[in-house]
Amino acid sequence: MSVSLPGFADPVLSAQSSFRAILDAMSRPGTVHTAGHGLTPPAPLGQAAAACLLTLVDAETTLCLDDALETTRDWIGFHCAAPRSPAATAGFLMCHELPDLAALDAGSDDAPQDGATVVLQVASLCAGQRLTLSGPGLPSPATVAINGLPADFAERWAANHALFPRGVDLILCAGDALLALPRTVRITHAHKEA
Amino acid sequence: MQPDPSHTPPNSLPNAHAARQRWMAVLARASHADIVPLLAHMPALPAHSVLRGPESGLVMVRGRTGGAGAAFNMGEMSVTRCTVRDSDGRVGHAYVAGRDRDQAELAARLDAALQDAAWHARIETSVIAPLAQSQAAKRATEARKAAATRVQFFTLATMRSGS
Repeated sequence: MSVSLPGFADPVLSAQSSFRAILDAMSRPGTVHTAGHGLTPPAPLGQAAAACLLTLVDAETTLCLDDALETTRDWIGFHCAAPRSPAATAGFLMCHELPDLAALDAGSDDAPQDGATVVLQVASLCAGQRLTLSGPGLPSPATVAINGLPADFAERWAANHALFPRGVDLILCAGDALLALPRTVRITHAHKEA
Repeated sequence: MQPDPSHTPPNSLPNAHAARQRWMAVLARASHADIVPLLAHMPALPAHSVLRGPESGLVMVRGRTGGAGAAFNMGEMSVTRCTVRDSDGRVGHAYVAGRDRDQAELAARLDAALQDAAWHARIETSVIAPLAQSQAAKRATEARKAAATRVQFFTLATMRSGS
């Protein structure tokens, strides 16, 4: 195992501020927050995605890594110490492209909190496919533009939303920006790309 | 049996592994105040950046009675760990007993430098060897004091049978 890059400079304060950013993003879906400023994760991991992992993932959670992120395995293993797990049972998934949401652990009706959290690294959170969101945390529908989601994302998300209270939550990261789509969010309109 | 460190080449497995375990064990038992005077006559250690820590935590120490009994939790002890990377890219780790963050960082820096062939012999002779020697002497003293208070039960048995 070779690790050459540090994690959070101040583990306690940085993890707290990242946690706050993720919490805000989850409670107000569609708003963009920043996390992981000053972090130097190994490529291709972005700052916000790395901050999510350092904040949420530890020895007591299971993690599944996308093949594209295999090169960051040592760094994640060293700083998070999370046991690896196949996608179907993982508590957290760190992905470069959207996995099949239906194949992930959606929790149970007794314990919906066991549903997986997908941290997805995308190209941009301010340009690309436009989605109109509504649901808890959104007093009025909000529109987000995301570059890096598959074209049929709205249908795939609708199937996940229909499982409520079960389902998976999604955190989208690009650079040091992050945006969350909790399972409660409905995509009311997916604008076709011009 | 302890492997003789002076004949252990620093870069061959598994000897390198055993040698590293040995110097890490010596550093883990040496306090910051023990190490610093030994470094006084040496050039400054390579520049480093910290990858993790130094940070303190608790680890559960497990024991076994008689070497064959079931494992049990003996108690928790505080441990400080640190990982550094020196300017040549060598990564040094340290897990030391107690909460001395300076000791953990210094031990990690020494671990990184000890992997370098140029530094290895110098640190081995002027830091690790004296520390190992004083630790062995301390252990021997304690063992001697403990041995002096040993009760020879066969003596009691003889006395009882004799009366």
